[in-house]
Amino acid sequence: MTRKLLTGNGAAAWGARLAVVDYIPAFPITPQTEIIENLENWIDNEQMPARMVTLESEHSMITAAGAAAATGVRVFSATSSQGLLYAMEMLYTVAGWRAPFVLVNVSRGLSAPITLEPDHNDIMAARDSGFLQIHCADCQEVLDSVLIAYRLGEDERVRLPVIVNLDGFYLSFTREPVEIPDPQAVAHFLPPYDPENIRFRASTPISQAVAVLGGTPYSYFRYESHLAAQKALEVYDEITAEFAEEFGRPREALESYRTEDAEYLFFQIGSFATKAREAVDRLRESGWAIGLLRPRLFRPLPEKHIRQALAGKKGVAVIDQNLAAGRGGVLYSELASVLFGHANMPGILTSFIGGLGGRDISTEEYFEMAMVTRQAVTDGEAPSPRLLYTETELREVQKLQAIANMERIELGAKP
Amino acid sequence: MYRIRFHGRGGQGMKTASRILGTAFFLEGLEVQDAPRYGAECRGAPIFAYVRASRSPINERGIIRCPDLVIIADDSLVTVPAAGVLAGVTDQTFMLVSTSEKAVTWSHRLNFAGSILTLPTPVEITDRMELRFVGATCAGAAARLCGIITSATLEQAVREELTGLPSSVIERNLEKALEGYTLMAEHEGCIKEKAMLSAEQYEVPEWINLPFEKASISAPVIHSSLTSELMPTGLWRTMRPVIDREHCKKCWWICSTSCPDGAIDIDADNNPQIDYEHCKGCLTCVTVCPSHAIQAIPEHKNPTSEETGS
Repeated sequence: MTRKLLTGNGAAAWGARLAVVDYIPAFPITPQTEIIENLENWIDNEQMPARMVTLESEHSMITAAGAAAATGVRVFSATSSQGLLYAMEMLYTVAGWRAPFVLVNVSRGLSAPITLEPDHNDIMAARDSGFLQIHCADCQEVLDSVLIAYRLGEDERVRLPVIVNLDGFYLSFTREPVEIPDPQAVAHFLPPYDPENIRFRASTPISQAVAVLGGTPYSYFRYESHLAAQKALEVYDEITAEFAEEFGRPREALESYRTEDAEYLFFQIGSFATKAREAVDRLRESGWAIGLLRPRLFRPLPEKHIRQALAGKKGVAVIDQNLAAGRGGVLYSELASVLFGHANMPGILTSFIGGLGGRDISTEEYFEMAMVTRQAVTDGEAPSPRLLYTETELREVQKLQAIANMERIELGAKP
Repeated sequence: MYRIRFHGRGGQGMKTASRILGTAFFLEGLEVQDAPRYGAECRGAPIFAYVRASRSPINERGIIRCPDLVIIADDSLVTVPAAGVLAGVTDQTFMLVSTSEKAVTWSHRLNFAGSILTLPTPVEITDRMELRFVGATCAGAAARLCGIITSATLEQAVREELTGLPSSVIERNLEKALEGYTLMAEHEGCIKEKAMLSAEQYEVPEWINLPFEKASISAPVIHSSLTSELMPTGLWRTMRPVIDREHCKKCWWICSTSCPDGAIDIDADNNPQIDYEHCKGCLTCVTVCPSHAIQAIPEHKNPTSEETGS
């Protein structure tokens, strides 16, 4: 085992290397490209016995990944943002093939306007695709999650592709100390892939994409995928118990940070949740009974774990780094549906939208979100969802608008 | 926790500087987080990088908003708003500026009550290739200011971060890093570990409700020609092309059509005129001019309007 400074991208690449993947279809996109660069460097230097092929698009890349997975080899790929969306048709398709592989997504906000910086709208767009989703909070977790993802997807009770998600910039380009486990220890936890009956060969053609009409077989196949995704929850719990035994790091489906005696909780996914942890520590120093709940596993969502952790709590501040236009935060809706109709659940959920397109969330804002939530509990009524956006930011935008307005005047339009 | 931010221009090694410092902290047994923040990803454009180091695991994340130490590798960035050099600076902040001017001059100019330290640079730069080593100097200086990094550790960090480069480049960087380290001897340890923010008393964020505006205002539409005019990209320039009117043959279309930014205009007498508000200093015009009538001079020499012919 070595402990060294690695970026989130470096950690993802190490995960693929330690998993001894056979095949890597690739296509570059910021902020993911460094993953592929690391892997191709190792392959060139014969440090990794894999085959890499660069495809002409992410759509082809995911097709190639699914097709290769259908031959029974271990497949890794990575993308981000627009790339994930370009591949969207094939995400749903290859998930239906029930041939597992691991895809790393480095979260980045979606166009338009275009940005390089992160939020979760890209990964939320893949929410219902049939891929399982693991969300990482730090660089160590990225490496660990890639290994866990292979065990999970390849389990005979699951057999679904898995996305490991990490935030662009905040993890992808940020170095942190990461323990790189010994290959022998990894081989013990993640033995070579046994693909069972997944073994497509050109000499014995099979069809992965049968046409089914009338809805009866269709419903069966789709719902079986859903049941497998739900089954993945107990499989995940088993696997992470083994992982903790092997490597000493618990990677539970739901991170519960200082929650036992908490009255209030932050609820958030991804790397910004470490900021919430920081705020919890500081608020606790000032006497608050507050904690953090962070689903690592987002698909399947660990519903029972969440209800258990929230039993008897007063209020939850839900922080969404995504925006479902015309609706609000996705996590907020998901959490509300998990709690509704169950006894002893918190009466107040407050909804905050923040961190869009890389917009930071300050510790002071976490303090204030806690205050708003406590006030809502006192009032017995949750306020309207709040975009984390300050007067200074609006002034900055108004400055840009002033330039735009000058343009309009110069172009002869009415101001 | 130590919180340090490096500011420079693309090509000055700010990412490398942050990694050298990060690795040095790590080798001294601290938990570390280091990251560059890419913007225009262009040589000469502002870039910054930051380092957090702590004895306990780091939960803070993202850009350092309130740094204990700000390092400015290129003093011309201070006036570039997009560079954000002064963001979050208080009278508790130390600023280390690579500059040919005195610290007191910068204190006056910026009306800055915190401490300013300087890494002296010559007024006249004789070898511009030397500029790329400024990152190493800054990393070495920062290591000394934090007081817990030995010169042996600094050396190991430089070697680790530059692995794979030619040994002459590594040695030169090492020399510069140790030079920075030595220069800061009398200020050793002036950067202290700072406490975490308290939830007892904090600045309440001035959240507002974003007002509804019609799409005619709120759609992300810009008119490229006019926006380009209003954005002073000339601030990215480190070298300035200057037309020597005596030797200019007024062949006009070569320099003006070669300019990738369309920043060379032709006046009524066929004289090319460089728009310094938008010239990014790529020096393509210098390369293509058939009569060798365009010279490149360092930006800080700030030539008179007569010299630039405008």
